[in-house]
Amino acid sequence: MVERSEEVKLLGMWASPFSRRVEIALTLKGVPYEFSEQDITNKSPLLLQSNPVHKMIPVLLHNGKPISESLVILEYIDDTWQNNPILPQDPYDRAIARFWARFLDEQVYVTAMKVVGKVGEEKDAAVEATRDLLKLLEKELVGKDFLGGESLGFVDIVATLVAFWLMRTEEVVGVKVVPVEMFPEIHRWVKNLLDVDVIKKCIPPEDEHLDYIRARMESLKLKSV
Amino acid sequence: MAKEVILLDFWPSMYGMRTRIALREKGVDFEYRDENLREKSPLLLQMNPVHKKIPVLIHNGKPVCESAIQVQYIDEVWPHKNPILPSDPYQRAQARFWVDFIDKKLCLGDQMYEAQRKVYATKGEEQETGKKEFIEILKTLESELGDKPYFGGDDFGYVDIGLIGFYTWFPGYEKFGNFSIEAECPKLIAWAKRCMQRESVAKSLPDPEKVVEFMAMLRKKFGVE
Repeated sequence: MVERSEEVKLLGMWASPFSRRVEIALTLKGVPYEFSEQDITNKSPLLLQSNPVHKMIPVLLHNGKPISESLVILEYIDDTWQNNPILPQDPYDRAIARFWARFLDEQVYVTAMKVVGKVGEEKDAAVEATRDLLKLLEKELVGKDFLGGESLGFVDIVATLVAFWLMRTEEVVGVKVVPVEMFPEIHRWVKNLLDVDVIKKCIPPEDEHLDYIRARMESLKLKSV
Repeated sequence: MAKEVILLDFWPSMYGMRTRIALREKGVDFEYRDENLREKSPLLLQMNPVHKKIPVLIHNGKPVCESAIQVQYIDEVWPHKNPILPSDPYQRAQARFWVDFIDKKLCLGDQMYEAQRKVYATKGEEQETGKKEFIEILKTLESELGDKPYFGGDDFGYVDIGLIGFYTWFPGYEKFGNFSIEAECPKLIAWAKRCMQRESVAKSLPDPEKVVEFMAMLRKKFGVE
């Protein structure tokens, strides 16, 4: 195995699922990194310089060279540090994994955000729509411990946004978006995730996270009124 | 004998064009099937039940959905001829980033052809705003291209494949938007003409005149004509 001179820095945000997923990947591979908490309301020169196109976290800096967009970063990590592979080896399985990752980010996340950000009828519609999307994930989990199969993989890491963000908002939103009676497989999968050391280590601490979600919801409600 | 590779597509789709080009770059024999999007075939609905969208690549009966994912799949299954993605992980990440940028900026929303719609299928202020945004996106891409022959450098690759299909829509944008893309982004047009010299591209892109007719039809549908 080639020795690489490592200088890995992550510009991230403690409560962001997109930032945390990068931390999961780096930790899974045993890659030492420096975490730099970013204030997204007052973006640092380093962030703006490293991601001039989107100006968003997470940004991974490897020996000073920036990589942006969390899914791109995850694939970069997998390409660069080949131990504990995140993506499957087979091209077809990789295509399926990439499909689900995009589905989670482009469909599930976008729809689930409406649950938090809207009120009344619009919120109800968002809950319905989120559940419809999650039914597909529920089906995928039948007979599997993880979305990646026997062990944690790319799709599981991306889907932590469901397990530890969407499902945590239930407390705050007052709606069981993902009730166990409707989604037994997803609940079983969350338990499996919590048994994995890397996950336990990398997800935001629950109490602080719930406080943060509450505060964000309040500010979103104020904006939509 | 049934072909090993089938592509369910729609002739003006810039996303379908990506997959056509990739297959031709690799010299893969495939059966092209044009879908009637108002009456989707049972095969399309069966192979892409989640999104019900084209293009769908069917390889030995197994479907791969999403054009960017299809191009990566094709590169991985047929790696030896005309590599599409760079071999260096950092260059690969940059290529993925830029195709993701194209997808995010030029295909926002659920509606097909959404972001560009403002340019050719709206009027007045909405159209002017649309044109400004569109040109800004192209200028960002042009700046990334710089003085290189292709986005990846000396060789035609992933980002070129990701963007070139949009070029067949340019004459239509210009006609209905009443502006010149070449005047705003001359280097990008030079790049596009260079790509058109490639057999895989020339064979995969429709006649822009036909695309203009198609856009005129869409304008009627959107109530702009």
